[in-house]
Amino acid sequence: MAKDLVKTLADLKEKEALKIVEDRLSVGEDPLKILDDARRAVEIVGKRFADGEYFIPELVYSGEVLKAINDMVKPKIAKGGEVKRAGKVIIGTVAGDIHDIGKDIVVFMLDVNGFEVLDLGIDVPAQKFVDKIKESGAPVVGLSGFLTLAFDSMKETVEAIKKAGLRDKVKIMIGGGQIDDQVKSFSGADAYGKDAMEAVKLARGWIGG
Amino acid sequence: MEKQWHEMTADEKQEAQFKKLLSPKDPEGNDLKFQSKEAEANYKASINRIKDAVQLKKTPDRVPVALLPSMFPFFNAGMTIQEAMYDNDKTVAAFRKFILEYEPDMHIGAAHAGPGKFYEILDYKLYKWPGHGVAPEHCYQCVEGEYMKAEEYDLLITDPSFYFRNFYLPRVFGALDGFQMLPPFTGILEIYGLAFFFVPYALPPVQNTYKALFEAGAEALKWAMAIGGLNGELTTLGFPNILGGFTKGPFDVIGDTLRGTRGIMLDMFRQPDKLLKAMEALVPIMIGMGIGAMQQTGNPQIFIPLHKGADGFLSDEQFKKFYWPTLKAVMVGLIEGGCIPFPALEGHWGSRLKVIQDIPKGKTMWMVDQTDMAKVKETLGKNACLIGNVSSSMLRLATPDEVKAYCKKLIDTAGKGGGFIMGNGAFFDEAKPENVKAMVDFTKEYGLYK
Repeated sequence: MAKDLVKTLADLKEKEALKIVEDRLSVGEDPLKILDDARRAVEIVGKRFADGEYFIPELVYSGEVLKAINDMVKPKIAKGGEVKRAGKVIIGTVAGDIHDIGKDIVVFMLDVNGFEVLDLGIDVPAQKFVDKIKESGAPVVGLSGFLTLAFDSMKETVEAIKKAGLRDKVKIMIGGGQIDDQVKSFSGADAYGKDAMEAVKLARGWIGG
Repeated sequence: MEKQWHEMTADEKQEAQFKKLLSPKDPEGNDLKFQSKEAEANYKASINRIKDAVQLKKTPDRVPVALLPSMFPFFNAGMTIQEAMYDNDKTVAAFRKFILEYEPDMHIGAAHAGPGKFYEILDYKLYKWPGHGVAPEHCYQCVEGEYMKAEEYDLLITDPSFYFRNFYLPRVFGALDGFQMLPPFTGILEIYGLAFFFVPYALPPVQNTYKALFEAGAEALKWAMAIGGLNGELTTLGFPNILGGFTKGPFDVIGDTLRGTRGIMLDMFRQPDKLLKAMEALVPIMIGMGIGAMQQTGNPQIFIPLHKGADGFLSDEQFKKFYWPTLKAVMVGLIEGGCIPFPALEGHWGSRLKVIQDIPKGKTMWMVDQTDMAKVKETLGKNACLIGNVSSSMLRLATPDEVKAYCKKLIDTAGKGGGFIMGNGAFFDEAKPENVKAMVDFTKEYGLYK
């Protein structure tokens, strides 16, 4: 009997998980079903992370295995069947700052918790956040920054959003290395989150899901 | 007869180092001439305060205060970081102004900006710096990547220096491309075939690499003379530099700039034994790096920035298996060699305190960024001197009164019974001058031990 992909992947058994995927594809199983199992497994990984059972290495590793599964399965899918998402969240590291590790972890956690994440990358100018809010209508924006220079960039980004008349349409959360509640007040953001789980909680509180 | 260095215990070595610091010499080896009696008294008082704070045997006369900035001195002097990186005179002027204006008991020298032209000559790819990927007024930033590949552990373990020269350095310095063509030195054994080993030095890529090295070396020397000269000058004015050099814990060596965060985390699952073996191979090398720096500068405090051991990165189990054992081994080796390890708990480390408190007493000083200082004092503080804890956000955004209130709390808790040096928690760039001033002045006034 084929082993359970959800459990194998959630337990981070890479080789076994990939073998199961290979076997299931070779007998002609619906690739969307495999992807759905993989997604459920990574959801469990996210839950274990939230519960303090898993840490960042497990997130990184599971993300890597998930990518490998996607690469195996995607070519077999005729038309992309997208999963229903809870809501959109825009994320980016603010202007002048090129750090991405913290941001990527937040993106990953939001993604596995069902949000559609619009990742603008690093060193993102304020205007790019404004444009993305207009284009996507996302109700939540996350600003990431590792350095003290990010304090000013975060403030400028919040001000640009305000100036564009969008401030009451979005909730803004901030996080990163030297960020705390004092920076939250300074920047005019709505909340500061100390880790990726806080980001998920904040987004959930604002848009549900 | 006096004991030789190699015959001394760690305690004796540390005492000898402080004794040497208390009678500083000029570059010619004569007793250093201070610019005033007051400067000499200030210098010696500061060294005695650090000594007491580190050793935990005696309460100092007051809480010492150190300023450990990143780029703040340049902002403070109204210049961009780019200007500081490309003009040694400006760097020196800004740092001198910073010390004379704020008058901390001790500092860590003006090496933070570094010589921009030197990086250009070597085509340094590991960082973006002002004019090379970041704005003139912004600090340089590391470009994370897998500069060491997953399958290269055996090469690193077998011969770290060969691996660095032939694989790692050409990837992070464009101009050191020619290193890839060089054979290992360890093949140079006897006359037969000897000349073959030297053939690569005739090839243009290798020669270009050496030309770049000579040019870069000249720039590095100019810069080192400038900041070294300032160091000497500040000593004569009564302000000791407390930084003797730096080294790193093996997990951060591999996780920061070799395999990168993502790479090392995958290795923890896919090839844990190789990762552990490589970290063990790095232990004596990192000890040697710290001891070598101490011998060169005459300062025993060896800085160790700590990154991936912070709360949240690893589980307790992973921390105990992968991060702590080799870091501790490096620190113990440094202590046995007469150094004072000066690790920095960057970010939050509350969950690690019970593990890291297990270190030799009175031999280390720990820079604390955002961890709850009362908890640090109760644990690690029993065995080690603590420094810092005024956060970057506080220096940048709070009022001077808020800074003073926080410093008061620090002196009352962390300062209790000695073993504490007031300071910033993380190397700071932007800050309100009045907040930096408040931290120093308040400590000098309120920090007196009765």
